[in-house]
Amino acid sequence: MKAICFYFQIHQPFRLKRYRFFDIGNDHYYYDDFANEDIVTRIARNSYIPAAESLLRMIEQSEGRFRCAISVTGVALEQFEQYVPEFIDILKKLAATGKVEFLAETYSHSLASLTDPDEFAEQVRLHDEKIQLIFGQKPTVLRNTELIYCDELAPQIYSMGYKAVITEGAKHILGWKSPNYVYSAADCPALKLLLKNSKLSDDISFRFSNADWDAYPLTADKYIDWIAQTPPEEQIVNLFMNLETFGELQHRDSGIFQFLEALPRFAAEKGIEFITPSDAVAKLKPVGELTVLHPISWADEARDTSAWLGNKLQREAFDKLYSVSERVRLCDDRRLKQDWNYLQASDHLFYMSTKHMADGDMHSHFSPYETPFQAFTNYMNVLADFIVRVEEQYPLSIENEELNSLLTTIRNQATEIETLNKEVNSMRKNIEHYNEEHLLREPKAEEPKKPGRKPRAKKADDAVEPKAAKKPGRKPRAKKTDTPAETPEA
Amino acid sequence: MFGWEFPPHILGGLGTASYGLTRGMWQCGDMDITFVIPKPWGDEDRSFAHIIGASQVPVAWRDPSREYVESRIGNLMDPDLYFKLRSNIYADFNYMRTNDLGCIEFSGRYPDNLLEEINNYSIMAGVVARTLDFDIIHSHDWLTYPAGIHAKQVTGKPLVIHVHATDFDRSRGNVNPTVFGIEKDGMTHADHIITVSNLTRDTVINKYGIDPAKVTTVHNAVTPLSEELLNVNPPRAKEKVVTFLGRITMQKGPEYFVEAAAKVLRNNHNVRFVMAGSGDMMDKMILLAAERGIADRFHFPGFQKGKQVYEMLKASDVYIMPSVSEPFGISPLEAMQMGVPSIISKQSGCAEILTNVIKTDYWDIDAMADAINSIVTYPAMYEQLREDGLEEVNRITWDKAGQKVIDIYNKVLGR
Repeated sequence: MKAICFYFQIHQPFRLKRYRFFDIGNDHYYYDDFANEDIVTRIARNSYIPAAESLLRMIEQSEGRFRCAISVTGVALEQFEQYVPEFIDILKKLAATGKVEFLAETYSHSLASLTDPDEFAEQVRLHDEKIQLIFGQKPTVLRNTELIYCDELAPQIYSMGYKAVITEGAKHILGWKSPNYVYSAADCPALKLLLKNSKLSDDISFRFSNADWDAYPLTADKYIDWIAQTPPEEQIVNLFMNLETFGELQHRDSGIFQFLEALPRFAAEKGIEFITPSDAVAKLKPVGELTVLHPISWADEARDTSAWLGNKLQREAFDKLYSVSERVRLCDDRRLKQDWNYLQASDHLFYMSTKHMADGDMHSHFSPYETPFQAFTNYMNVLADFIVRVEEQYPLSIENEELNSLLTTIRNQATEIETLNKEVNSMRKNIEHYNEEHLLREPKAEEPKKPGRKPRAKKADDAVEPKAAKKPGRKPRAKKTDTPAETPEA
Repeated sequence: MFGWEFPPHILGGLGTASYGLTRGMWQCGDMDITFVIPKPWGDEDRSFAHIIGASQVPVAWRDPSREYVESRIGNLMDPDLYFKLRSNIYADFNYMRTNDLGCIEFSGRYPDNLLEEINNYSIMAGVVARTLDFDIIHSHDWLTYPAGIHAKQVTGKPLVIHVHATDFDRSRGNVNPTVFGIEKDGMTHADHIITVSNLTRDTVINKYGIDPAKVTTVHNAVTPLSEELLNVNPPRAKEKVVTFLGRITMQKGPEYFVEAAAKVLRNNHNVRFVMAGSGDMMDKMILLAAERGIADRFHFPGFQKGKQVYEMLKASDVYIMPSVSEPFGISPLEAMQMGVPSIISKQSGCAEILTNVIKTDYWDIDAMADAINSIVTYPAMYEQLREDGLEEVNRITWDKAGQKVIDIYNKVLGR
């Protein structure tokens, strides 16, 4: 039985406003609210909302046979909350069908995994929290930013509690192998890999409305036929794409929505089912290990990280940004943390690419800047201001480690003070308690007091009190001359 | 070819471009090029073209001995050619101021009696056109259009004119009617017009009313620099240096540079600004820099020539060309060859072919200041622009431009 595993990505960065060199130190608001609202509402209207409604209809009409996975970045969710909350409602409906799996990913759509494991873990944790909060699901499959993956990441991802990762079926990694199987990670065989079928995915997201393409026009039955014609032992076809494909990259007029909605019917005819990533890794056995020495991604022709870190500008911005990551994690200024999340979005680096030809077109299509140099200048100016603010939190002269230990001391001091306080309190209570008891006993002790007996001794021999009460007269007298050994008896 | 300037004795970009293009065409092979200039000095590179000096072309009959000609102008022209030209004098020009060889003396510069010199050049062109055997006439810039037209009328050979600039660029719109007349006349008579950028092409089409089918853009290129120039080693300032190099005239937008400098200096004191060159707006600029209170950081070293230009570039961290209207603008390409990141105005023709530069509107001093700051503050920006710019500019070679011109010739000649 063949299965299609659909996965849709939703992400929108907080685009930066034109931030001049002169603004550094003076202006701490970095975002182009107008552009962000404009773009997010436009794309939501043209693409996200109709596409999500299509998915909902597909699930209803196929009586639950259609399933898919979605991932939404935290920064995108924040913008939807602000500008198009109705889209979140539709996503909630999709989540409620139980047929849509939400995947884990980085909160900011960041490249933290490439340089800073702690930040990566933090980003994923933040995102999981947000998904849990809004959709009530705990993600079990991870989708790293832009499907970035390499062997080095596998153990960490597994230890973070994920069963599988979805990534690109890059040709230079696969060689003769087919992406239509489940694989396991080389460094960590327990972690499974689902690989994007680039050809079939890009047929939809990039070629669908291209009249020069020899397979144009692409129809649902033709497409399902292609999938059905893959060798019978290949059990899963992973179609990973941006949700923007529907209605934005491929215009509504091209019939992309009708194409999408017709897929389940033709799939049913050919006996092809739909499957979510977590079901896929639960049901299907990995056919082998896959070694990925250098990071791969789903971007550009090279399918590596050169889309974000391909030139000096990008490297510099990236290094500068993560040079303060530990500091930012140490502090607890909410606005600073928020900016930190927004500035990490890989999109800012994407705009700085100096690639030409087809890749260059892709970069400039998404970029709000005219040139990569403008993108760099603007981002660096913002980053300069951000770093100044980070430094204001803690002086730069203190090393991170020292700062860390100082902060630990401070935090420990707090707990220490607390425990000490508790101790003081309990002691105080003891004293009060005692005093009360003492007061209660006072009248009783009154009688023995006459013989001048010390109150301390009394407790131990409550039972012998009557006896002792008779004796006391002698004792003090005897004490003067008696050896000290006698006293315990009393 | 008719031209006005030719290296090494040049006054602006026209000479450099004429030289580069001629050489580039020669590299494409099978070309026999004669280049006529007003006044050769004898040290021109003659390896790829015959150079005829207008000052050595007789327009009135004299009868000097061969030896005398040899001793007078032997270093500039073959005496045989002199006598050949002499036998093609077509009218009596003795009423004009001619010398002992019957030639008109040209200054080869841009003197006050420029229009007279242009006219004389055209008279001389009649003799040259009758003497030489050629297929096509190519006139560089408006000064030589009348000569080209004359040569066309005499021989019936097709005329191609090369528009390196128009008066709309030079005057920011206040066109000199005489110059406009000469330009328009040249464009009307030309069989084909070559412009150095699409910007200029638009001007030719819209402002001069020329049929677009007749106008083709061939972007300029650069000649690779010699090792000697690449390796000049001037002392470097402690601060970052931002340089403007060119005529300080209205066309070049120098005041925007001063304003941008004032903005940069408000936040960043580790920068010096240099405005090298001379021109009618220089005094005004010195005054403006003083008014803005940045005179201590803004320097005017005056006109730079030859090697000095490259030393100046080498000592710079940023090159800036805020031209209001620049038909092409070859200087940022030279800066890039020296590995200096460049900021150019979007209103420059070279912006059409360059990608590894920063482009701003000439009036957008905020953006300009920001770009300067970015390059001097972020080393990655500097390195990226420097390295990719170098690679990019080394791909822009004259032989490609030359081939395009040859293709245009073939089209005009119907081959």
